[in-house]
Amino acid sequence: MSRLQLDSINVSFGDVHIVRDVSLDLQQGEIGCLLGPSGCGKTTLLRSIAGFQTLQSGTIQIDDSLVSNQTVNVAPELRGVGMVFQDFALFPHLNVADNISFGMRKASASERRARVEELLNRIGLPGYQKRFPHELSGGQQQRVALARALAPRPRLLLLDEPFSSLDAELRERLAVEVRELLKKENITALLVTHDQHEAFAMADKAGVMYQGELLQWDTPYQLYHQPKHQLVADFIGHGVLLQGIVNDDASLTSPLGQLSHPSLLDIDAGTRVSFLVRPDDIVPDPTSRLRATVKARGFRGAHNLYTVELPGGIELLTLSPSHEQFQVGANIGLRPELDHLVIFAANLCELPGFYDQAPTVQPLPAVIPKAQTA
Amino acid sequence: MRYSSWRQLTLITTAVIIGVPLLIICWSMLQLLWTDDLSTLSHLWDTVVPEYIRHSLILLVGVAVGVVVLGVSTAWLTTACRFPGQRLLSWALLLPLAVPAYIVAYTYTGMFDYAGPFQTALRDWFDWGYGDYWFPEVRSLGGAIVVLSLVLFPYVYLITRATFIQQSATTLEAGRSLGLSPWQCFFRLALPLARPAIVTGTTLALMETLADYGTVQHFGVTTFTTGIFRTWYGLGDLMGALQLAGMLLVAVMALIFIERRSRRQARYDQRNPRPATAFVLRGWRALGASLLCWLPLLCGFVLPALQLTLWSIERAAVWQDPDFWQLTFNSFTLAVCAAVLIVIMALWLAYGRRQIPTRAVRTSVAFAGMGYAIPGLVIAVGLMVFLTSIDQVIITVSEQWFNYNPGLLLSGTLVALLFAYSVRFLSVSLQTIQAGLGEIRPSMDEAAQIQGYSPLQVLRKIHLPLLRPSVFTALILVGVDVLKELPATLVLRPFDFNTLAVRAYEMAGDERLADAGPPALMMVLVGLIPVILLSRAMLKSQQAALKEQEFVPVTA
Repeated sequence: MSRLQLDSINVSFGDVHIVRDVSLDLQQGEIGCLLGPSGCGKTTLLRSIAGFQTLQSGTIQIDDSLVSNQTVNVAPELRGVGMVFQDFALFPHLNVADNISFGMRKASASERRARVEELLNRIGLPGYQKRFPHELSGGQQQRVALARALAPRPRLLLLDEPFSSLDAELRERLAVEVRELLKKENITALLVTHDQHEAFAMADKAGVMYQGELLQWDTPYQLYHQPKHQLVADFIGHGVLLQGIVNDDASLTSPLGQLSHPSLLDIDAGTRVSFLVRPDDIVPDPTSRLRATVKARGFRGAHNLYTVELPGGIELLTLSPSHEQFQVGANIGLRPELDHLVIFAANLCELPGFYDQAPTVQPLPAVIPKAQTA
Repeated sequence: MRYSSWRQLTLITTAVIIGVPLLIICWSMLQLLWTDDLSTLSHLWDTVVPEYIRHSLILLVGVAVGVVVLGVSTAWLTTACRFPGQRLLSWALLLPLAVPAYIVAYTYTGMFDYAGPFQTALRDWFDWGYGDYWFPEVRSLGGAIVVLSLVLFPYVYLITRATFIQQSATTLEAGRSLGLSPWQCFFRLALPLARPAIVTGTTLALMETLADYGTVQHFGVTTFTTGIFRTWYGLGDLMGALQLAGMLLVAVMALIFIERRSRRQARYDQRNPRPATAFVLRGWRALGASLLCWLPLLCGFVLPALQLTLWSIERAAVWQDPDFWQLTFNSFTLAVCAAVLIVIMALWLAYGRRQIPTRAVRTSVAFAGMGYAIPGLVIAVGLMVFLTSIDQVIITVSEQWFNYNPGLLLSGTLVALLFAYSVRFLSVSLQTIQAGLGEIRPSMDEAAQIQGYSPLQVLRKIHLPLLRPSVFTALILVGVDVLKELPATLVLRPFDFNTLAVRAYEMAGDERLADAGPPALMMVLVGLIPVILLSRAMLKSQQAALKEQEFVPVTA
């Protein structure tokens, strides 16, 4: 039984389509995460699950009971959903204890006291009952906002960019803490963010939204390694998309050389495709025939992230341990080490069949770059 | 859906009713164009209007110079410099706002007239007689400029000060690093950055100047307000008064236009400012700075207040007079009624604006908030025309149907006064309440709603406690303004109904200045309340600007 199920929902303001045909589901106890650039409709999607936004079409079900469709819109206060707001929205006239117990309307005073104490312990702020919101730091306010949303034991918790107003360091630590807390309480939660690190730290399932469409709904691992859509590949992690032309012998002519993979037989010869190359797919190798010039170096602590340029002017990213240093302008050798191929057709969708087997690469640096420079 | 459109209708209707005096005046001007009956206007134009225009212009220019010089210099000194008394001065400089201009005018007449203590002392010391020496005439155009500048400069002070505080240190430090001296920094950076604020403060002061009746009347300066009053009451020419009011309105509109423009430019916001290090003044510099700041405070508040106190002691008997307490009771009852009425209207409008922000509603609410700029006398003239004509209709109908004459139900009763106050002071409470409502972010409503509270419960649990301080502030601001208001009260009050302001005006008009003391002192004491609120809000917002951004409960 799904805790939350969205079936091809559409939301529009006047003529502007904000959410297009989005379907997803979350099981009891799962944490989901919607990723995407600002303005992609993810907050609107969250607000329509909360009941602040009506649907143009599609259905939203919580615990298999319908809460929203084109005509039905169960009021937010009747949905049993909790929400953590981007600006926390703590009530400035109430102290921490009253803020947290605000939603426990039917509970007795002693129940409230016990629950407030339990939650304050959980969020690491014991004894803060009598403080007022303005006396708390940003991170503390965030945790109180979370406790407030959890206090009435909601069936589903929605979090709208909950960490965006905190600084980066605090953000990742809190994300891990919040995940632990949600797991302990066995809460089903849906989080909205534009920060993929946050999403990877929190989520069991994640999705990337772009211009109102949910491009992929999968585990974070699959979003990274097997993006279903070129825009997902673009949005998640570092990487470069290279162009290539399919040959009729199960190979692909690309700036990296000739890539062979049995599934390439399924594609018509002469088709232009693009494929994803992550920085860890390219390894510096002085003996390699594939040569490139170092354009920029980014120090990442344990690693250096190099932007390198192939003779044809095509840029690639590569990682190398930080004790191995190349100067900008140096000419280095590169060896492709692709575990699998992620190939996108001209319509930006991923082509199936390339995941289970690594391709073989035959560097032919003399052919392609010449063809391109000519 | 039906409820919301009904509610929109009430909002628009409120705005239209509030706008009635304005519409009447515009309509009468338009009528002038259609009927081509320019006899009244051309007569006025031939005789008095040039003088009104000349006097009003001189007054405006003089007051503008006065308030800018006083306001900007005190604002800069109290923000950028540290000298003994600077902290006290930074809020005390608001005190002149507590005293209505006409009352300062009375005290100055009392102090510096031929028979006043100052000139008497001069004559005694130097053994002069009448005509032996020259002394500036208090009751003159120049006197009016001085008095109005002294009372109104806190507008410029308050707004400019806020800008100076927000100016970040880096701007000034960048100026220094580019080779400017501290004085050059002031003239080439701080002052130009504060220009929109200075313009806003000055236009506010000039609007008050145009609306002023008590001061210019007492000083015998003929301006549009005294002209309207004389044409109407002296000559019984309502049409002429309407036309003069129309001209005054044009001037006010010009000022509103300037003010709006300057506010639009005022977006030189500097985010997250680090306050500039203050110049610590010592020796003669410190002395000069405190003298410069104490002088306007002394002349604008301390001296008038002392004079009023002296008069009140001199006329101690008045305080035991039941008539006086009846007067006080009248004033306060009127103020409370008006304040409650106006704040309820403001709440209705502000919530409408928040919950159904359609174009029509937004325009209506903005229109209803325009009244602060319109002189009380103009409102009174427009309203009188409207209410008397409605009264005539009521009387005719009632006599025909019931054979009974109910009298002037609207124009002859407190209804007219409350109406005029609503037009003039709605904007004050509207602004306060909208500011308070703005502090309650929409996400708070949603946070409460998603935790199972119905909209009405949200109102009771979240809005009521959070909005209480703003409502309270609005009540006080409106109440005190009503208490001090003179021209509209003078014209629209029912027969035999007097207030403190009217009594002070009558006594001063009869040259019984000392008798004007007790009611005036009473008004000043009450007038101190909003000034204290204002200074508290000012200091608080200053602290908030210095601290990192976080949310503060709404007060003041």
